[in-house]
Amino acid sequence: MAEQRMGFFTDTTVCIGCKACEVACKEWNDVPDDGFVFRATSYDNTGALGASTWRHVAFVEQDGRWLMSSDVCKHCTNAACLDVCPTGALFRTEFDTVVVQADVCNGCGYCVPACPYGVIDRREDDGRAWKCTLCYDRLRGGMEPACAKACPTKSIQFGPLDELRERAAKRVERLHAEGTTQARLYGANPDDGVGGTGAFFLLLDEPETYGLPPDPVVTTRDLPAMWRWAGGAALALAAGVAACFAGRKP
Amino acid sequence: MAECHPVGYQWVMEARARGAKVFHVDPRFSRTSATVDRYLAIRAGTDIVLLGALINYVLSNGLDFREYVLAYTNAATLVNGDFRDTEDLDGLFSGFDEETGRYDPSTWAYEGDVPEEEEPVEGGGHHAEAAGSDSYGARGAGASASPPSDPTLTDPRCVYQILKRHYSRYTPEMVEELCGIPPERFHELAEAVTANSGRERTTAWVYSVGWTQHSVGVQYIRAAAILQLLLGNMGRPGGGIMALRGHASIQGSTDIPTLFNLLPGYIAMPHAHRHDGLDHYLEQEGADTGWWGNRRAYVVSLLKAWWGDAATEDNDYRFDYLPRLTGDHGHYATVMGQIDGTVKGYFVVGENPAVGSANGKAQRLGLANLDWLVVRDLMLVETATFWKDAPEIETGELRTGEIGTEVFFLPAASHVEKEGTFTNTQRLLQWREKALDPPDDCRSDLWFYYHLGKRIRQRLGDDEIDRPVTELTWDYPEIGAQRDPDAAAVLREINGTAADGRPLASLRELKPDGSTSCGCWIYCGVYADGVNMAARRTPHTEQGPVALEWGWAWPANRRILYNRASADPQGRPWSERKKYVYWDGTKWTGPDVPDFEEDKAPDYRPQEGARAQDALAGTDPFIMQSDGRGWLFVPSGLADGPLPTHYEPHESPVRNALYGQQANPARRTIDRPENPYNPALSPRFPYVYTTSRLTEHHTTGAMSRPLPYLAELQPEAFCEVSREMAEEIGLENGDWATIVTARAAIELRVLVTGRVRPLRLNGKVVHQIVMPYHWGYSSGGVVTGDVVNDLPSIVLDPNVYIQESKAGTCDVLPGRRPRGRALLDLIERYRDG
Repeated sequence: MAEQRMGFFTDTTVCIGCKACEVACKEWNDVPDDGFVFRATSYDNTGALGASTWRHVAFVEQDGRWLMSSDVCKHCTNAACLDVCPTGALFRTEFDTVVVQADVCNGCGYCVPACPYGVIDRREDDGRAWKCTLCYDRLRGGMEPACAKACPTKSIQFGPLDELRERAAKRVERLHAEGTTQARLYGANPDDGVGGTGAFFLLLDEPETYGLPPDPVVTTRDLPAMWRWAGGAALALAAGVAACFAGRKP
Repeated sequence: MAECHPVGYQWVMEARARGAKVFHVDPRFSRTSATVDRYLAIRAGTDIVLLGALINYVLSNGLDFREYVLAYTNAATLVNGDFRDTEDLDGLFSGFDEETGRYDPSTWAYEGDVPEEEEPVEGGGHHAEAAGSDSYGARGAGASASPPSDPTLTDPRCVYQILKRHYSRYTPEMVEELCGIPPERFHELAEAVTANSGRERTTAWVYSVGWTQHSVGVQYIRAAAILQLLLGNMGRPGGGIMALRGHASIQGSTDIPTLFNLLPGYIAMPHAHRHDGLDHYLEQEGADTGWWGNRRAYVVSLLKAWWGDAATEDNDYRFDYLPRLTGDHGHYATVMGQIDGTVKGYFVVGENPAVGSANGKAQRLGLANLDWLVVRDLMLVETATFWKDAPEIETGELRTGEIGTEVFFLPAASHVEKEGTFTNTQRLLQWREKALDPPDDCRSDLWFYYHLGKRIRQRLGDDEIDRPVTELTWDYPEIGAQRDPDAAAVLREINGTAADGRPLASLRELKPDGSTSCGCWIYCGVYADGVNMAARRTPHTEQGPVALEWGWAWPANRRILYNRASADPQGRPWSERKKYVYWDGTKWTGPDVPDFEEDKAPDYRPQEGARAQDALAGTDPFIMQSDGRGWLFVPSGLADGPLPTHYEPHESPVRNALYGQQANPARRTIDRPENPYNPALSPRFPYVYTTSRLTEHHTTGAMSRPLPYLAELQPEAFCEVSREMAEEIGLENGDWATIVTARAAIELRVLVTGRVRPLRLNGKVVHQIVMPYHWGYSSGGVVTGDVVNDLPSIVLDPNVYIQESKAGTCDVLPGRRPRGRALLDLIERYRDG
């Protein structure tokens, strides 16, 4: 494990919606196109994050305002996808990021419903699960992820998570001082339902406006308790059965 | 700018982060509008009303930077007493000839100047005829160095008073009525612009083809120039008017021009009937005072670069070898020549006129009537495949078997497969290295023209008529297996050499006696001391903020033009905050290269009869002008008037509320069956359209539609309409619409959006439709679509012959367009009413 956890801070207030992040991601990671569909939803024609879209720019048209925001895998502190993966294809890297190993994934798909953000997805043609790797290969080579590199306005910032959180807090402070009181961070709180995210965002509206869940919870949060219940129930059942047998007269 | 120049736009975002206030004026709410302080929706084709009202606001409130204006502009200059303004003639200036549709500009001259005698050439108005205005304006033909003036600015004939009167009717109310911008929004803009100009602060304007592609395009830019001069925002850091170019090195292709009326360095192309020889040409083409007074040195050095030892004083340095103009040889005149059969062959290099030029059908009919066509591109663009898949094939207007055009498609090298320079909008030359050889038969344009030239020369004999080609200097070192000519050798030739072969260090070394050669005088110095200055890449961390060691800017590596104006007349900085180039007692100095003779003191006054720069005083910063002043009023050089005036677009649903004159009287129309016009104010064409670009695609899509990663981001041709317009017509979001003009009917997907809003003009509601033009019928695209540029007509600005594609009228119908003959029937019904 590296000394520092690495992550993304996406400051949507300076996003200009150029989609360079989407293209750079696909170029570097060799992600196939996601179809050619005119969706008539503002300037968004890739729709959402998925197996073949690892960065996705949302365009939200409001009265007199056009919000743009580049979404990405959150690289959760408590990652449910990783918890449920039976093959070990999903693993936590030395940068504290969450990555799928395509050569290990068996396409079981357990991770897909496990993600509270709907990020990870299976490709129809090969059945395996795909998502943002936070450019694991580039990080190992000492480079920043392709999307952050391509972003012309520093809307996508990459770095040690501690530093990013500090920078983001200052940015929010400044925006508030300038009168942009709607500015808020999303995913920067280590006490939230996923233990905070490795990729967090500065938003200008409610998370739902951008298509983000307002209060994400790691779907495996209750798993230990459920297993305890299930284990308890099994024990009780076994005990009952045993009692039945025990109560029988020889 | 965010939409089309996202990388450059990062600096606007940076400026905003540092407290700059950014306004965006545009008919469409784009990604730029989303990220600025204030967006102003404007009706396409009315910017001169807005700019004129800002000028009026400055003048009527006494907000001009008076000391700058008095010293550095022609505000005090007296104009010919016979001049009549649009105020006197209901929208016309004096000198208009109804019959020819041209102006005689002689009454626009400065007081006491003898206007140049007009020679009747093919209908008169030679600079309108041959688009000479480019060079005229720059050179200030017919304006003397020290015209009579009134420094009190009270004489009714002085430029200041003429300006004040001319713009008096450009009021906030007029802005609301014509542009659709409410008065409170106008005032916010006016207050911000004026408060942010003066000694301590400067304001910059940035524009693109939304300003230029109009029948009054040049005057849009002129209007901004007037405003910037009045506010003292020229020649100073943070000021200026920045033209955003359409793609890489468009600036370079005007400096070393692909334009028919120019030689390298904005030197006028000689005219077949106006110019007898070199002396006569030099006498006619430009003023003797100001920097253009040195033009003999530039022209002779150019001729020496091209014809080397064969160019001598005795033979006029082979001036007679230069091609000659006989009239308008611009793009649209060429296309009409193709249709008429007078233009037989056509080179199309890195362009796609079948999709990118106005009135696409006329373009394709021209292509179909050629003997031969050469297309050089990265992709099989529509211009190369029109013979099999043009819309006219589907309608039956063209049949593949009957098209006689022989098409040669030659694949081109991409920018990573060749070396050379890009010149960007701020005149910065940046050298590109070649990363790898182009594949297969792909070759650079440099390779193509060089080897084509070699082959032609091999086939030519000793005939006198062939000598302009056989005597050309055509000997560049060839590199590698593909025998690419050495681009650095070409840049060295452009830079120029002294008689001993030494690379010249500065354009001041250029001589009129044939002892120097130089391929483009403004680029002289790019290879000073034999060093490729364009290849310099000193990081910004290792040099000052002006970054003189990153690339090389023409001329002389100056980063801000006319920077003498950044100091006051005495040579002192206007303010500490805006300190830039200043007089230190013995010389001009500062972080930039001074755009002035280094040792010309502020108190220098020219002697009687002085020539070139010697005729300009130490207080005249605009050294290319004959009087050294910034021209608020243009005494000669423009074909459509000395002052920008609002005229409605040729096709407009609105009457010109300012004058009886509806449209630019000097605009160039092409009245032919291939180019029918929508009548102005026609109820058949009630909607205003404008065309646009998207971040995801590049121009006609030839470099983006074949790429899945870009094509998926904007997969289909669409139009943006307001909710109100959608409701009025019955358009459904995501469904289809058919857009009709007298030229064409095309189908587009519908994007209903609150970003487009109906404009209220004096009670009348005007709807605008916005159409990105990136789609076509092939280009190897994984996505295709109808050609938006089939809709606009060919109607041209009379100065530079740019088409009016940013403002026109149309009708919009729900659903897809008819196919085949039925499509033509639909268009005909509209055309005939």
